[in-house]
Amino acid sequence: MKARITVMLKAGVLDVQGEAVRHALGALGFPGVNGVRQGKVIELDLAETDKAAAEAAAKAMCEKLLANTVIESYRIEIL
Amino acid sequence: MKAAVVTFPGSNCDRDLAVAFERAGFAVNRVWHKDTALSAGTDVVGVPGGFSFGDYLRCGAIAAQSPIAAAIQAHAARGGYVLGICNGFQVLTEMRLLPGVLMRNAGLKFACKTIELKVATTASAFTQGYDMGQSLMIPIAHHDGSYTIDAEGLARLRAEDRIAFTYGHNPNGSMADIAGVLSENRRVLGMMPHPERANDPVLGGTDGAGLFQGLMRGMALA
Repeated sequence: MKARITVMLKAGVLDVQGEAVRHALGALGFPGVNGVRQGKVIELDLAETDKAAAEAAAKAMCEKLLANTVIESYRIEIL
Repeated sequence: MKAAVVTFPGSNCDRDLAVAFERAGFAVNRVWHKDTALSAGTDVVGVPGGFSFGDYLRCGAIAAQSPIAAAIQAHAARGGYVLGICNGFQVLTEMRLLPGVLMRNAGLKFACKTIELKVATTASAFTQGYDMGQSLMIPIAHHDGSYTIDAEGLARLRAEDRIAFTYGHNPNGSMADIAGVLSENRRVLGMMPHPERANDPVLGGTDGAGLFQGLMRGMALA
C-alpha cells in the first residue's frame, strides 16, 4: 500500500523560499502570482494492507519524524 | 567535570568543541551517534555543529532520532547540562529540548562571518562568566538559523529570561534577534554562533572561551 504525505509550512509561517520563487516567477514575466508556498511530498511504500492501519502508521511517522509540527502541517493520502 | 561530545555523520565542529571543553578544564569523552549511553558521570553533553545526516528532511531531524538522542534526553531529564551549537541547536529543537525552530535564513544565503553577539542574560551556568549586555565577537556559519517561535512562546522566553544571546545586527531574520535560548531549568543552551571557534588568539579571537570557563565555574557552584 502506498501513502503520499504532503508537508507544508503552516499558514502564517513565513516561507522565504516560496517568496524567492514568487519573485523569480515575476522576473520571468509571469504576472499575477499572488503567492507561492513550497513544501515537500514524501511517498511511502508500506507493507501494510489495511487502509486504516496504514493511515495510522503514516500519522505516527509524521508526528515522530516526517513533519515538525511546530511549523509544519501534513496531509496523508492512502493510494 | 566531564563533558561528552557527540559525533553524527556530517558533524564537523566536534573536535573543536572537544578542544574548547578541554581548555576550560573538562575531561572530554567522545560519543558516537550509535552509542546508546553516555559514559557514567557525564556532567555536560556537547552537540556540535555541522550538517548531520546531510541536513536531509530537516536540519537536525534525523540526528534527533538517533540512538544517542535518547541518552541525551534522559541526561537532560535528570537535570544534566546540554550545549548545542549551530546544527546542535537545530538538533535540540528537533528533540524538543528547546522551544522554537531554526528556519532558512531570511536572505536565503549561507551566512559565514564573525558577528557581534550580545549577552542577554547572565543567569545561567553558560553565561555567568560574561557581563550582562557584553558584546562578543563570535563566528556564525549557517544556512538555517532564523529562530522562529509563536508569539506565546516568545513572550514566555522573555518573561522567564531565557534568551541567552541576541545578535547585534540580525544576520538571518531571527525573531527578536535571538541567537541562543535556554531551557526552562536553564541547563540546556542552544545557540547558532560558534563559541568553540573563538577560543584561540591565533584563530581570530577568544571571546567564546568565557562560555566554557564560565560553565566550568557555574557547574562547580551548582
